[in-house]
Amino acid sequence: MKHLRSIGELRPEQLTGLLRLADHMTEINHRPVPRVPALRGRTVASLFFEDSTRTRLSFETAAKRLSADVLTFNVSTSSVNKGESLRDTVATITDMGVDCFVVRHRSAGVPWQVSGWTTASVVNAGDGAHQHPTQALVDCYTIRERTHSERMDGLHVAIVGDIAHSRVARSNVAAFGMLGARITLVAPPTLLPPDVSHWGVGASQDLDGLLGEVDVLYMLRLQSERMAQGHVPSLREYGECYGLTRDRVLRLRADAMVMHPGPMNRGVEMQIDPTELKNSMIHRQVANGVSVRMAVLFDLLGAGSHLGGQA
Amino acid sequence: MSVGSVVLRGGTVVTRDAERAADVRVEGGVVTDVAAPGARLVADLVLDASDCHVSSGFVDLHAHLREPGKEEAETVQTGSRAGALGGYTALVAMPNTDPPQDSVAVVDFVREQGKRAGLVEVVPSGCITAGRRGESLAPLAELAAAGVGLFTDDGNGVQDAMLMRRALEYARGLGVTLAQHCEVADLTRGAVMNECSCCTNLGLPGWPAIAEELMVFRDIELVRLTGATMHFLHLSTARSVELVRGAKRDGLPVTAEVTPHHLSLTDERLASFDSVYKVNPPLRSRADLVALALGVRDGTIDAIATDHAPHPRRDKELALDQAPPGMLGLETSLGVVAPRLELGPRELVRVMSWNPARIARVHERHGRDVAPGEPANLTVFDLGASWAVDPTRLASRSTNTPYVGVALTGRVRHTLLAGVPTVRDGAATR
Repeated sequence: MKHLRSIGELRPEQLTGLLRLADHMTEINHRPVPRVPALRGRTVASLFFEDSTRTRLSFETAAKRLSADVLTFNVSTSSVNKGESLRDTVATITDMGVDCFVVRHRSAGVPWQVSGWTTASVVNAGDGAHQHPTQALVDCYTIRERTHSERMDGLHVAIVGDIAHSRVARSNVAAFGMLGARITLVAPPTLLPPDVSHWGVGASQDLDGLLGEVDVLYMLRLQSERMAQGHVPSLREYGECYGLTRDRVLRLRADAMVMHPGPMNRGVEMQIDPTELKNSMIHRQVANGVSVRMAVLFDLLGAGSHLGGQA
Repeated sequence: MSVGSVVLRGGTVVTRDAERAADVRVEGGVVTDVAAPGARLVADLVLDASDCHVSSGFVDLHAHLREPGKEEAETVQTGSRAGALGGYTALVAMPNTDPPQDSVAVVDFVREQGKRAGLVEVVPSGCITAGRRGESLAPLAELAAAGVGLFTDDGNGVQDAMLMRRALEYARGLGVTLAQHCEVADLTRGAVMNECSCCTNLGLPGWPAIAEELMVFRDIELVRLTGATMHFLHLSTARSVELVRGAKRDGLPVTAEVTPHHLSLTDERLASFDSVYKVNPPLRSRADLVALALGVRDGTIDAIATDHAPHPRRDKELALDQAPPGMLGLETSLGVVAPRLELGPRELVRVMSWNPARIARVHERHGRDVAPGEPANLTVFDLGASWAVDPTRLASRSTNTPYVGVALTGRVRHTLLAGVPTVRDGAATR
């Protein structure tokens, strides 16, 4: 594997292979000194053109635990603001001897453009409304941790919220589908993409009707600007129809998992404190982020080296 | 380059009523003889036209020459050279320059730059509204008096229906044509590509077909109301073609154009995230492409127009949603269109030369039959010649062509402007 830009670039066995590799990383992360020399001498540059705390920290922690050097590119102080083109920025950093770019950009497709301008590997850490493959891997890993099954056959996942603008939804539809899950998108038609007929998923506006039958309830963040753009009349009405309320939690099956990629909009899609949720996977999603990203970086950059040993 | 007389030897002359083997002699800016092969016409320069068709020069209704304002991308001179290489003898220069072509001074400047380059006749269009802002009318009468016959806010559609009605009424009195870029802006905010299953996967905001069709419909009805003549720029959807077909059936004075790229490329290209494929209106579906080609064949669409839109590399190397729309077209149009449209030579010349010359109101000088006494604005092209685009060898200052690595069939061998070769054996003479 040279790049990880979208879930669609993975074959199903590669996806499950990465999750198995993440088990090893979890074991490393439980050691007193969670660090191995696997990527010693390798350099990972995190190129975040859009604000992110958890994803960037998660990648940088993952790289450091594998003993890679980490370059952090800070857009606000970089020459991008002095008119340097994206291509020139990538070329400059490539010249410094970088093995991998971790790219986040508010525009779809930037990781593909970057991979055309560098010889280094590229990991997509989120591009516009397009893809966020490591989040999907984290989510698959989190579900697998709970079900102890490599596949998701027979699981019914409802993804609720702003599908149209969500890279997490696009990556998860691909990943969950690849593992055999049944997927239902739950959103008002204004927050669905124009044509999902070829995605092999169901679509519904009736969250309440689904509560009793889903195994995973995956809540997406609703951004407040969707109101001004006419996608929803008000955040209040959205919360009424699609928010997770205490009442709705009570109607979930006892073993149903609740997930959210963060950051949460309390009072909009999450009208209940997640600590009150018995089966919230939200903290597991964050905790697993480092292991899964270690697996991805090791897979891309670790050719010839082996895990184990102490740094 | 001073040339007294020229003979084009061994070609097939294309006129409205015939295609026949003939040699053509030009002198003093006009055609002096069209004679059967072997007539031994004598001239200072003899150009080989064997295997070629000889017709009136092509006329492009839609070229962004970028001067004044964006000379980094193109100048009137480099754009003219690209045009001549594409077989064009006249280019309508789009008015979205900086400053825009909404005053006589700017229009005169562009025309003068065209004369200075001396490669094609540069025909400046004028803005419909001041500054292309869509708020108040540009000085249409002054511009018409300065020789402008085609007005457009291209890049923007005129959103305000009342202002568009007034513009059409005012234009009718002046005997000029308004050309609309049909796009209801409220429906395309932030749009990057065709709204389709492909944009669903790519997470890119969609530019729905209806944003074009609503304005085509509105303007057809405004033409019905006002009686003014109207030209539809770069139609891109099947339903737009159907609307124009209906308007023509009703006898309304409307014309329409389509670009080579909407006849050859589809929206799936965007999956590469290569901004060279970003264009406005966007590349559409296969079904739209087929309907557009049919529209050309049945005469609903009058003209092929390039929408030649040069952009410097650094602008096109932005993220897809930030990169400007547009692609080059002048040098490749014949090679793209000829093999795809399955038109005979006469039908091809009709949409490349005769019809656009009339729409641009340059039909006194361009799009004439090749006959003694007619202006010698001529193109000699080989419909059998296959070639490939080398982006480093384009005459344009920019390189944003989508046809790298695509086999093209049909190439211009010579172009003559007022009897003087601007292109000779596939190379520009100046």
